[in-house]
Amino acid sequence: MKVRDKRRHIPALVWLLSVIPIALVLSATGRYLEGALQGYFFRVLMLSGIAIIAAVSLNVVNGFTGQFSIGHAGFMLVGAYASAGITVFARPHLQLALDAAHVPASVQPPLGFGVALVAAALGAAVAGLVVGLPSLRLRGDYLAIATLGFGEAIRAIFVTIDAVGGASGLHNVPLDTNFVWVFLGVISVIVTARNLALSTHGRALFAIREDELAAQAVGVDTFRYKVLAFVIAAAWAGVAGALLAHLNQGVDPKDYGFMKSVEIVVMVVLGGLGSVTGAVIAAVALTWLPELLRPVQDYRMVLYSVLLILLMLLRPRGLFGRKEFSLGSLFTFRKEAAPPRPGKEAG
Amino acid sequence: MSRRILAVIAAVGLVGPLVLMGCAKRADVAARNSGVILIGEYDAFHGRTADFGKTTHEGIVLAVDEINGKGLLLGKRVVLKSEDDRGEASEARTAVQKLIDRDGVVAVLGEVASSNTLTAAPVAQSSKIPLITPSSTNPDVTKIGNYIFRVCFTDDFQGAVCATFARDSLKAARSAIFRDVTSDYSKGFARAFESTFQKKGGGIVARSTYTQGDKDFKSQLTAIRSANPDIIFVPGYYGEVSLIAVQARDLGIRVPLLGGDGWDSTSLVPAAGTALEGCYFSTHFSSLDTKPEVARFVKAFRKRYGHDPNALAALGYDAAWILAEAIRRAGSTQGDAIRRQLAATKDFPGVTGRITIDSQRNASKPAVILQIRGTSFVSVASITPRQVK
Amino acid sequence: MLGSIYALIALGYTMVYGVLRLINFAHGDVYMVGAYIGLYAAQYLHLQTGEGVLTPPALLLILLIAMAGAAALGFLIERVAYRPLRRAPRLTALITAIGVSMLLEYGGQIVFTTTPRAYPQLAMAEKSRALVLRGVRIDWVDIIILIVAAVLLITLQIIVHRTRPGKAMRAVSFDREAASLMGINTDTIIALTFIIGSAFAGAAGVLVGMRSQSIEPLMGLMAGIKAFVAAVVGGIGSIPGAALGGLVMGVSEEAVHAVYPQLTDAVVFGILILILVLRPRGLLGGPAMEKV
Repeated sequence: MKVRDKRRHIPALVWLLSVIPIALVLSATGRYLEGALQGYFFRVLMLSGIAIIAAVSLNVVNGFTGQFSIGHAGFMLVGAYASAGITVFARPHLQLALDAAHVPASVQPPLGFGVALVAAALGAAVAGLVVGLPSLRLRGDYLAIATLGFGEAIRAIFVTIDAVGGASGLHNVPLDTNFVWVFLGVISVIVTARNLALSTHGRALFAIREDELAAQAVGVDTFRYKVLAFVIAAAWAGVAGALLAHLNQGVDPKDYGFMKSVEIVVMVVLGGLGSVTGAVIAAVALTWLPELLRPVQDYRMVLYSVLLILLMLLRPRGLFGRKEFSLGSLFTFRKEAAPPRPGKEAG
Repeated sequence: MSRRILAVIAAVGLVGPLVLMGCAKRADVAARNSGVILIGEYDAFHGRTADFGKTTHEGIVLAVDEINGKGLLLGKRVVLKSEDDRGEASEARTAVQKLIDRDGVVAVLGEVASSNTLTAAPVAQSSKIPLITPSSTNPDVTKIGNYIFRVCFTDDFQGAVCATFARDSLKAARSAIFRDVTSDYSKGFARAFESTFQKKGGGIVARSTYTQGDKDFKSQLTAIRSANPDIIFVPGYYGEVSLIAVQARDLGIRVPLLGGDGWDSTSLVPAAGTALEGCYFSTHFSSLDTKPEVARFVKAFRKRYGHDPNALAALGYDAAWILAEAIRRAGSTQGDAIRRQLAATKDFPGVTGRITIDSQRNASKPAVILQIRGTSFVSVASITPRQVK
Repeated sequence: MLGSIYALIALGYTMVYGVLRLINFAHGDVYMVGAYIGLYAAQYLHLQTGEGVLTPPALLLILLIAMAGAAALGFLIERVAYRPLRRAPRLTALITAIGVSMLLEYGGQIVFTTTPRAYPQLAMAEKSRALVLRGVRIDWVDIIILIVAAVLLITLQIIVHRTRPGKAMRAVSFDREAASLMGINTDTIIALTFIIGSAFAGAAGVLVGMRSQSIEPLMGLMAGIKAFVAAVVGGIGSIPGAALGGLVMGVSEEAVHAVYPQLTDAVVFGILILILVLRPRGLLGGPAMEKV
């Protein structure tokens, strides 16, 4: 028995049909922005977008499901290597395949990158499965420790693989990330998160967050849902990692360690656990903040940490608590991304 | 309702001006800077490698002051704009992008760590702004493009230097190599050493590895001891080298250790006690060098900062000076003009040796071999590129 | 020997977790500050001889000073940053802990400067540096570390099991609300927990400084994470567990170094994962899953 909410899903078909015109519009916008904006601003804009993808994806696990995952950067790293592996090592093979399929040369680079992104998502999803299956059996804090451990382990393992650059990382990655991809990524992750929240799966996740034992008692397969959320989040993180790698033209494993995971967790908590809007705003704010603090750069990091502490002390629930900003349903502010009142449900 | 409107206003209010600011053209920024020559620097002032960034910065700042003191460059004051990259590759790229776009620098100096330079340099290359790294030794750095230069030697050269010294001066025939497996620097350095050492008739009798951060090397050293080498090549960083030396001596290994610029630190000897006495390492610079320009530099540095300069500071100093000289010869601050003059740098009397920029935009210059005597490093040899052929 | 260091730091983690269910990320940095306090104490009290060595009583003194200083810092952190968040969601407190950790690290880089500092050594003749038993070499420094760690551990066990405050700490870690209903002043007890845990971390800092002969502001980072892993392996919330965990981690890390150096970190975390999967409560810990 499906639960229909007043707010509507955006049907998948509508999405698919609008892809091409949207892509063209985005492409034009992207080219304009790249030309008009200074490289620096454009770059920070891109970094914000990537941060949004990472934060919103983590929000699905930490916010919706109430789990305690602090190793998210590991999945970004997997995605980065997976995508870079394709664009750096497999490019000639890919080109041959695309040529054989008579794909015009102008479309090949973005298509190639698209393939790389899919690889990133898949690779990260597999990693998510490998990490999630053992870890999600654990309760709160133990889960945190496990995810932390896995995140570091992933990094430590990649550092030993010389074929992808070992300790100094993979370089000469093509600059494939552009406005179109990042924008698409951001929109998709937000829509996916939102749709997830409104679906029955989302209900299950929220139930798990509120009281896992009770959810189990009413028959929700909590383990399955937790793993599902985890894998989805990991896949998105992989995409974020791939975008980052192709923005920096390289993968430096040192940058995807515990500190990176912490940065993402901070964004999610700051925005308010469970609030997609909050995650988005916090991601953007925390990407811009260090840049804005450059004039006082001697104390930049100290100020950053002090601000963090203050914000947590003053607003422990995060900026948005659990509120959402809802666009699709006629511009009204909703209280909580929660089930509708009983009695309105069908049958 | 009003809350939502407030939120929208806030969003537009925040993003709007940022976007407008972002639309400023580089020409406008350059116009703003017309009265000065703005040079950018990106280094790690916080984070893991903060010490490297700080000392490089000290050298650069000293150079800039001297340049301004000697009279204006092209009639203008040189101003240094420094940005912190926290030692992270992504940050390095952002910092360079900001320096070029927002500040409108005419050239960029930095970074120390090769992986950060490798990530940041493409930005300079595509913006056609010359970038000089004072101390990144990874060979791939200058391959990024014709706007990327380095004023230090590469690890390939350093490896050959050590091998030449070991064979020709120390008459060593059997060498062990004990390298840091987590460091590409160590790997490349070791590889270059091995190839030249063998080319000159020597033999590698043992190869072993350790990880950065290790504290115990006894098992590897025991294996090395049984191979009976004349000399042990340790192309790593001072932290581990000190401990390796102490433990080697404890195991009864008496032969000298040989290494590279990763040893160059004031923390090397205190941590090793007498274990490194008489050992050697190659580096860019010796503060005890008696050449007039070096002595003058060391004195000025000491006066300003209260401590002696290390190799990184010296390289930062030379990088800044070479840049200034190139700008002077170019007679303009156009990226292309500066680039051409940088490429034409010949026999520049740097404090780290006579520097000529070769066709690969790397520095062709001698390396010094220092020997550890007591708590000082004494220069015992200077090996030029010609000698390692 | 590495194990005893990890054990000391792990103790602090485990104790704080026991009473507050909080993973105190700043703990590793308290350890770092302890090391620096010891350094400054040695310098300003002119306890070193010319070559920068200390006599055993001098070592004891700076150890105590460092412990006191670290304890004060721990108390301060708890009071300012954690106490207001007792009722907040746990992730919030975690973020605050991370914020404090960052503050200490970056602040440390500004205050202590980024250059590594040489650490005073224990006065010893070169020959008697180490004990050689049948070909196996053990540094006196390591023995001292082991002894100090053991002493502190035993003291802690005594406190926790034989004294009233200790009993109160156990009560609070079992059930905070019930404990306060029983008339225990939870605030004081929690503060006490932090004080003791931080003091131990400070001691570890001085000992490590002495052993590695140099310290720098970011030393707490990796040590903190590994000690935390040790606490979990041993069973978080259990004091003997922290000791055992520390030992296990230390020994395995050194063993892996000898055989397969580049995989050290991976193995360390691999052990963590193994334990979590096979025996989540750790080797000596209490029940891991809630039962209805």
